[in-house]
Amino acid sequence: MAFNLESSNVATRENRIGSITGYIGSLSDLANQSKCGTLKGCSRCFSQSSSCLSTCALNQLSAIRDVAIIHHGPAGCSVAGANAYYLDKVMARKRGVTTSTVYVGTDMNENDTIFGSAESLRKIILEVNRRYSPKAIFVSSSCATGIIGEDIDSIVDDVKTEIDVPIVAVHCEGFKSRIWATGFDISDHAVLSSIVKPPKQKRNTINFKNFYESARPEIIEMFKNFDLEPIFLYCNSTVEELSRLSESLATTCICGTLGNYLGNGLEEKYGVPYIRTINPLGIAGFEAWLREIGRVTGREAAVEKYIEEQRAVYLPQIEEIKKELKGLRAVLGMGPGYTFEVSRVLNELGIEVVWALAWHYDKKYENGDVPPSMQYLLENDVDFEASVADQQNYEVMNILNQYQPDLYLSRHPGSTVWAIKNGTPAVYVADEYMIFGYKHTLEFAQSVLDSIHNRSFEKNLARRVKLPYTDWWYQQNVDKFLEEAKTNGKVVG
Amino acid sequence: MAKLLDKQRYKCALGAMQTVQAISRAIPILHSGPGCAQKLSDSIGSSGYFSPNIFPCTSINEKDVVFGGVKKLETTIENALKVIDADLYVVLTGCIPEIVGDDTGEVVSHFEDAKKPVLYASTAGFKGNNYRGHEQVIDAIIEQYLEKTDEKEEGLVNLWADVPYQDLFWLGNIRELENLLKEIGLKPNTIFGYQRGLENIKTIPKAQFNLLVSPWVSVGNMKKMERKLGIPYLHYPTLPIGAFETSKFLREVGKFAGVDDQKVSKVIDDHENYYYYLIERYADLFLETRVMAKQFSVVADAQYALAITKFLVNDLGLVPAKQFVTDDTPKQFREAIRKEFENLNYGLKAEVAFETDSYKIHQEIKEHDYHGYPLILGSYYEKELAEELFGHYLNISWPVQDKVVLDDFYVGYTGGIRLIEDIYSVAVQRWN
Repeated sequence: MAFNLESSNVATRENRIGSITGYIGSLSDLANQSKCGTLKGCSRCFSQSSSCLSTCALNQLSAIRDVAIIHHGPAGCSVAGANAYYLDKVMARKRGVTTSTVYVGTDMNENDTIFGSAESLRKIILEVNRRYSPKAIFVSSSCATGIIGEDIDSIVDDVKTEIDVPIVAVHCEGFKSRIWATGFDISDHAVLSSIVKPPKQKRNTINFKNFYESARPEIIEMFKNFDLEPIFLYCNSTVEELSRLSESLATTCICGTLGNYLGNGLEEKYGVPYIRTINPLGIAGFEAWLREIGRVTGREAAVEKYIEEQRAVYLPQIEEIKKELKGLRAVLGMGPGYTFEVSRVLNELGIEVVWALAWHYDKKYENGDVPPSMQYLLENDVDFEASVADQQNYEVMNILNQYQPDLYLSRHPGSTVWAIKNGTPAVYVADEYMIFGYKHTLEFAQSVLDSIHNRSFEKNLARRVKLPYTDWWYQQNVDKFLEEAKTNGKVVG
Repeated sequence: MAKLLDKQRYKCALGAMQTVQAISRAIPILHSGPGCAQKLSDSIGSSGYFSPNIFPCTSINEKDVVFGGVKKLETTIENALKVIDADLYVVLTGCIPEIVGDDTGEVVSHFEDAKKPVLYASTAGFKGNNYRGHEQVIDAIIEQYLEKTDEKEEGLVNLWADVPYQDLFWLGNIRELENLLKEIGLKPNTIFGYQRGLENIKTIPKAQFNLLVSPWVSVGNMKKMERKLGIPYLHYPTLPIGAFETSKFLREVGKFAGVDDQKVSKVIDDHENYYYYLIERYADLFLETRVMAKQFSVVADAQYALAITKFLVNDLGLVPAKQFVTDDTPKQFREAIRKEFENLNYGLKAEVAFETDSYKIHQEIKEHDYHGYPLILGSYYEKELAEELFGHYLNISWPVQDKVVLDDFYVGYTGGIRLIEDIYSVAVQRWN
């Protein structure tokens, strides 16, 4: 696709790459329909709350050091600033750096919805700039400012003459998309359009998009073997670092959903190759990913040597633990950047996936291809029941109740507790590096084992609590509220 | 008018979904964008019988913005009644439906004959903060569910205090206040927390009076109940922490309720004897902690800023520096609250600022001379500031990242002791 960095607006995932949030069927059907272009998402006539794209967009941007986020809207929108403040402080401290990033709101009230508040916003931007001298300023809209037609682009243009750092409008109306991952694209778009500069010189760096950089030290060590230096984004990034992303040898990402916009944008605009393999989770993923980095950067031999050494250390241990995992049945619910990757790893470890839920599904990535994780599963004849649901917990519970798996794996805050109330052991795959490479694949296998070895916590709790869903719901098909579902996927009981 | 909200300390009116969540077996149904509940929830202590990620939500999209979302609201309520096992459903509106003009009240009225009560509160984010949203939810209950009755129950008191979840100690506080009222022979009725739900709501009209323990939140609710249900109210503006205020509180409540003086005095004596037994044993610690100045600042909502100021002055003999009230207190209540800050032992007066811009708060704290290591009780935002000033810091107000509270409380005699434990647990970590 063509990236238009002149406009501050990004089309939603639904419109840009045909992403969906409603589907029930099987993995192979989902993939085949994606390929032949017949996949159409369903809507629901009943849903539970999910997430806001502004959280994804602005959390990403507020993780950059020494910048300002100005969230123009009522106090509930900018409340994410409280958590951003905490995260920025603890993440900077962990890394041994400091940050003075601020995330402020504008506490919009009823009068503002009638008369607008362009002048107030202008003053607020200037005051934030005066107080904190940020290295970049991101001015975000909200549902309320979007609907009343507050023209934040003009306000931002207007103050540009008075502010000598990059300042950009970020369009975060929550109603635009049911796919909160659209927010990742919005943040990437803001960085690409306002901060990244054309390259001056190529460097031996790799742009590494991730969330909270927990594996940063070990990845730096690993890349030393290949004379490569990773630049982790956006947590603890500096504006200066971001301005030079175009000078890197390649861009990679720990999660395809998180990084595909930036990766493709850098490739299209500046010719920085984007690594499009399956993700570095599990053995096959890690090796395919590392080999591609080796190929793109011309370091094949060093990569092969590294793989060989690491295999010798870890594969025997992984083979050993697989014996204990064999035969376990799992249900998982994650963003699509993880669901189909983790499914592959579970398959690698001998754990049977009985149902996989993806919180949304991208039919294709920016380059038009079916996501590589799906491609891999199809080529390896892995199939299971699958659905797409934007964290619709009642559907998850219906599935868990019906399948009674040995474990439930999920990646979003507040999701694991429902499985354990059902008596199902849950593994919280929160850290994006939890299954990274050989070492963490082994650790992941061990934590799955630990989770099912002691089921006291969930059994104790499940015995005492009542689930909030009615018996009626548990007797329904999981696709009960999906409109048009029956014409798309197979009906499941 | 839009203003700079720097390091914000409250949410928007839709944050009142947590007020609904605090009523056992009551669930909010959100007519809002898909992510409002997730944003407004706190990640700690939210996974109860209902949690924010299962609140039914219309998840308004672009089409609904253009064509209205009433049809979606109708099916969401209809199916919520089928899918979710609750006693009470409260429809809350976010910004979008109120700007585009959805008639939410009309849709909710279709469910008048539903098997379970379905109420509606207008809580658009731009209508105010979550303190106001909390009042909106209680108003909705009064207006749409409660009826006046002549059937009164002797000694029954409806008790109202903190804003659930916004207040870290809401659960423990309200239980401890109940215990204190029971001790002087009253029958407290509350609607929040463990085993307090729809039955307690139904009991409200039978009460002799309403007791509000808060500087301003819910004063409007009390007036509404007085008008509609004929229930008089006692407004006690200070959350009682420690012996001095708690004894005063019990005397005042006892007098209003017509409880025998001697009975109240006996309860007070028993508590104070034990309280001062503890204080006596630890007085050396309080007097001889060389690393703590006598001066302190509280940065919190009116409830905690006032309560802790009174406790530290009247019980522990500390001296107030400037205090900061951060809840955007409505103007009509500010003068009365200011007077309370000036009503301290030995004629001491605490200067108070009603301020929502934390940059200014931090500037003032930095510029003040505490004559030693300051004691700062506030939100997580004050942690780094206190470190810069070599001060002692306790996270008592939202946002909270420095403390996990399940059912701990600061209210009453026992609560005062807990607060002392927390403050000096911080102080003793430094060489004395």
